Order: sequence, then C-alpha cells, then structure tokens
Amino acid sequence: MASIPLEVSLFLSGLLFSLGLLGVLVRRNILFILMSLEIMMNAAGLAFVAASSHWGVADGQVMFIFIVTVAAAEVSVGLALVLQLYRRIHTLDSDAVSVMRG
Amino acid sequence: MLSLLWLVPTLPFLGFLILLLFGDRMTKTLVGIIGAGSVGLSALLTMVIGYQFLASPPPDHAFTQVLWTWFEVGGFRPEIAFRLDALSLVMASVVTFVGFLIHLYSIGYMHEDSSFSRFFAEMNLFVCMMLVLVLGDNLLLLYVGWEGVGLCSYLLIGFWYQEPANCTAAQKAFIVTRVGDTAMAIGFFLLVTQLGTLQVQDLMHKAGEMWEPGSGMAVAATLLLLGGAVGKSGQLPLQTWLPDAMAGPTPVSALIHAATMVTAGVYLIARTHALFALAPSVQFLVAVIGALTLLLAGFSALVQTDIKRILAYSTISQIGYMFLALGVGAWSAGMFHFMTHAFFKALLFLAAGAVIHALHHEQNIFKMGGLAKQLPVVFWTFLIGAGCLASIPLITSGFYSKDAILWYAFSSEGGSIWLWMAGLAGAFFTSIYTFRMVFIAFLGEPKGHIHHRPGPVMLVPLVVLAFLALFSGFIELPHNFAPVQMFSNLMDTVFHSHGHSHEEHSSAALEGILQLTAGIVSLIGVAAAYFLFLKDPSKVEKISSTPAGSFLQGFLLRGWDFDRLYDTLFVNPLMALARINKGDIVDSLYNGLASLTQMGHYRLKWIQNGAVRWYAAGLALGAVILLGVFIFT
Repeated sequence: MASIPLEVSLFLSGLLFSLGLLGVLVRRNILFILMSLEIMMNAAGLAFVAASSHWGVADGQVMFIFIVTVAAAEVSVGLALVLQLYRRIHTLDSDAVSVMRG
Repeated sequence: MLSLLWLVPTLPFLGFLILLLFGDRMTKTLVGIIGAGSVGLSALLTMVIGYQFLASPPPDHAFTQVLWTWFEVGGFRPEIAFRLDALSLVMASVVTFVGFLIHLYSIGYMHEDSSFSRFFAEMNLFVCMMLVLVLGDNLLLLYVGWEGVGLCSYLLIGFWYQEPANCTAAQKAFIVTRVGDTAMAIGFFLLVTQLGTLQVQDLMHKAGEMWEPGSGMAVAATLLLLGGAVGKSGQLPLQTWLPDAMAGPTPVSALIHAATMVTAGVYLIARTHALFALAPSVQFLVAVIGALTLLLAGFSALVQTDIKRILAYSTISQIGYMFLALGVGAWSAGMFHFMTHAFFKALLFLAAGAVIHALHHEQNIFKMGGLAKQLPVVFWTFLIGAGCLASIPLITSGFYSKDAILWYAFSSEGGSIWLWMAGLAGAFFTSIYTFRMVFIAFLGEPKGHIHHRPGPVMLVPLVVLAFLALFSGFIELPHNFAPVQMFSNLMDTVFHSHGHSHEEHSSAALEGILQLTAGIVSLIGVAAAYFLFLKDPSKVEKISSTPAGSFLQGFLLRGWDFDRLYDTLFVNPLMALARINKGDIVDSLYNGLASLTQMGHYRLKWIQNGAVRWYAAGLALGAVILLGVFIFT
C-alpha cells in the first residue's frame, strides 16, 4: 500500500478544519453549527492519525479515540441544549438567543 | 460602708439609663424624682462614706476599690478602680451635693420645657462622668470621665438645639477643649511609654525615682497635661469657649460651667502634683497663666451686659486664682478656693437663673433693675454670693479662700510680689464688676416685668447654698487668726506638706498687713462700683461715649478679641483650605482612573452582543493571530 505523503493528509485536514470553521461562522442554524463543529473535530482527528502513521507511533491513534469520545459527549450535551432551546423560543436561529449580551 | 464607693457614680448612671429608656413615657414629677433623687442618694452615700472616712481613716488616708481589670496589654494593666482620699472626697462631695441642689432647682427651672426628661438624663450622665473623673484611680479612667463630661457639656450647651447659635457655641466648646485634650492624651502616651503605668500613685512614685527635678521629660509631660487642664478650665489661651457656653440652660451653667467640670483642670494638676513639683518651670508657668487669666477675664467682666456672661468671665477669673495657687505650690489653698467657689458661684448662677426665669429669659442687666423688692429671697442670696465672690472681709468664705491664695502667692517659695499684685488687682476688679451687677440689676428703678415668681423648689437650693457660701470659709482660718485649719490638715494627707514651709519664715504681722490690704481693696471696689454705677452713672457713660472709650469697651466686651485672633490665625485659613479642597484634590487621581476604565468599558461594550457566531469568530481570529505570532517569530 503506497503511503500517502504527510503534507497531503495535513492539507486535507487543514481544509476540512477551515470548512468547519466557515460553517460555524456563517451558519445561523444551531444544528448546522453543531455539525460544522463535528467536522472541525474530525479534521483535528485526521491530523493526529496522519501524524501517528507517519512516525509509526500509536499515540495519535489513542488521541483519536479520545476525540471520538469527546465528540460523542459534546453532541449529546449540545443536542440536549438545542432541544431545550427549541422548546423555549421555537427557533434554531443562533442570533435569536443573543438576549444574554452585556 | 467604704466598700459601697462604687455605688456613688453608679446611682446617677442608673438614673441616666432609666430616663434615657423610659423618660419619654414618664410624668414630669416622676422624671424629677428619678433625676434629682439618684443624685441625692449619691450625695447622701458620699456623706456617709465621707463621715466614715474622716471618723476612722483607712491606712495611708486612702481607700482603693478595685472592681475589675479593664484590659492587659504588654504589661500595661489599667484597672477599673476607684480611689477615695481627701482630695477626691472633697471633689466628690461638692459634685454630688451641689449637683443635687442644682438638680432640685432644675425641676422648677425647666418645668415648662418639652425635653424635660432629656435634660435630666444628660445631667445625670454628667454627674456620673464627673464622679468617674474625680474617683478614678488611674489616669485612663480619669480620661474616660474627662471626655464624658466634655460630651455632656456639648450636649447641654446645645440643649436648645433649634437655635443655630446654641449649636455653634456647643461645637466651639467641644472643639476648643479638644485642642487641650489632644495635648493631654499625648501626655498620657508619654507617661505610659516612659513610666509604664497610669495608676496615679505608682506614677508619682516612679516619676520621683526616674526623673531628675527639672528634667526634660518631666517638663514635657507636665506641659502636655497642663494643655488639657488649660482647655478644660477655660484658662489662657483656650478660654474663649467658656463665655459662649452660657448658651445652655442656666442650671447647666451653674453645674458644669461654674461649679464642677471647669475645675477639672485644677483637679488634674492637684492630682498629679508630684509631677508638677518635678518641673518647677512648668509650675511657675501655671502661676503665670493663672495670674494673666484672672486679670484678663476680670477686665472683660467689667463691661459685659449679659448677667450670665459676667458670671462666666468671673468663673474664668476665679479659676485663674486656683491656677495661681497651684502654681505657687499652695495645693490645699487652691482646692479650698475650688470648694468655696463651687458653692458661691453655683449660688450666683442659680440666683441669676431665678431672675432670668422671672423676667422671661431677659439676661441684660440694664433691663432688670429694682429687683431687690420684687424678689427679696433671690436678692439676698445673690448678695451673699456676690459678697463671697468679691471676698468681703471676715464674713464670707470667699475672703478666707482668696486670702489664703494671695498669702501663698506672696510668701511661698514659688511666689513673688508680682503674682501677689496681680491677684490683688484681680480682687479689686472682681469686687467692682460683682457689685456693678448687684447695683444695676437689683437696685435702682424697676424696668422689667415679673412674669412668675420662683417656687420653693427653686428657693430652697438658693438658701442652702447661701448658707454654705457664708459658712464654709470658717473651716480653714488664716494662721494668724485662730488654729482652725481643718481643710488643709485634711488635704495634707494627700499633698504631704507641700507649700507649708512658709510657716517658719513668715511673720504673723506681715500676713495681717496683707490681709488688711486685701480686705480694704475689695471694700474700695464695692465703693467704686457704688459711685460709678448706682449713684452717678453719667461719668461712665461719658467715658464710654468717647471714641477711645467705646473702642475699649467693645474690645473688652469681645473678650480681648481672642475670637478674632483665632479666626484669623486658625479658623479662616482652615476654612479657605477646605474650600479649595472641596472637590478632593487627592482623590481626583483615583476618580480619573475610574472614569478612564468606565469610558473604555462603554467603548468596548458593543462586542458583547450575545451572538454565538460572533464570539466564535473572535476565537478563530485570536487563534490565527497567535499562530501567526508563533510562526513568524
């Protein structure tokens, strides 16, 4: 199996991360923001996996499992929040919940 | 019985507490009974204790009752303890007994006042504090009483607080005496750091061991103590508050500003006499202050028109005599004059109060006149008081006490002919202004209208005090008259024969000549007052109508313009400074800092807009910047 060069996979992960960030910034729907966050997190995971296979060290793989765990926890909390929010104000527009401004 | 000493100050304090808590709901009769009764019981107890003290003297002629230890810090251990010796016995007797008579009188005098119970509550607190002052075994307890009477003086001068002038007078009295009290407090600090105790007997013992006579420490300590005494007793240069203190009700003037509180300075010096004996220069200063004050105040009293201000200036002048006596080492003569003065000056104030009461708050003697026939009892008692003040020879107590002071001012080691002459001149002016007051207010044509006559509750104290004023002098006769020296024998148990060395090197004939001089001078004063103010007042009017005469009159009327001097020197610069600093210059730095951050807060407030995406953008931007910094440096 021909190995993929490190630069390529890091570039892919950077691209994915930027896309996710862009999604977080431009999307107004909270569900989409959460999904974009997932993309960002997986981009980071990709960078870890690529680096670990490049140097042949298992640490990156372990870190990815952690990231998956964190992502699962984050999604469960996030979705619960989204549900609550929707029950209260009947919208998923993140700009509509700016009532806590200083 | 001596162990009941603690009850003496406690009884008036209980009276104060009861009146303070329940006084508003009581009838005036009950308030009067509690107010005067608590002091009366205290007086009775003092008399019983005094009788026992004299009949079977405790060891060392002193009885100390330690109640409890106040606190203990670094070896300094003041106790709540009362000490009864001859000096504090005389003071406490006068305070309680004269205090009781004045309380009794106040029931009649203040009867129509709406704040009847407040008056008696404050008067009771005063008596309690004064007793703490005189009975306190250490200077710290004395200081508690000292400030307590200052507070009561302030409250009672400003008793009719609806009148702004009264409040100003009260503040003036409080602030001016505070100047002296600050000096005194520093003096106490000095004594504690140097000698490690404030217990009076230890203090005098240790000072005698550790300080050389005339050493710098002794001079500094006594000077600072003298500052406190001068402020409280209305002596030069802090005498300006006392004439204004007459804004209070007349019984207050009688009790606080004549008989008891203003003599606290005399008591302080007598109490710490061993310290003053170690600093002869300061002791001489005491005599000089006394001599100057008695002359200055005597001159001012000559031209006053307000009967209470005349009496106020005469009080300053008589306390000047006491300072003169203390200054020449005649401790017991000073205390003797304190006692007779308490009787006759309280009498004069109360009689003047009866007149003021009868004429519906008229205090100008030129609007009185002819009162002798309308108020005979008041007239005769006032005349007795005036006779004592003017020291009419042989029959009045004032003669015996003042004569003793004049004799010691001449003959004792610290005395000199100049001090004696100052005292004699003061006696001459005293009898002129005293009888000016008698002649103008009580004789001549009636001018005022009598509104109500004083009842028995006011007249009985007058008669008792008149009796005391006449006869209290006979317990201490001059050496060349008869061997009756009960008072000084009693006082010698405290002062240990200070100022009695004169007996060997003085002759009875010389003393007789001086007595004759003093007696003639005071009689001439009375005659002068008769010719100048009763028989032919036109001459005085002629003099006072010339420019120089009217200037002098105004100058003396304003008390030698000390108020103007102090206003120019201290009050006005301070006020100007206060006006400049009205906006708090020092604070402007911190205010500036606060307003700067507040402005920054307003400028940056818009970024806290609550939009989650906006915060995320901020985070991302920050991360990019940080990354950039890490990469490119």
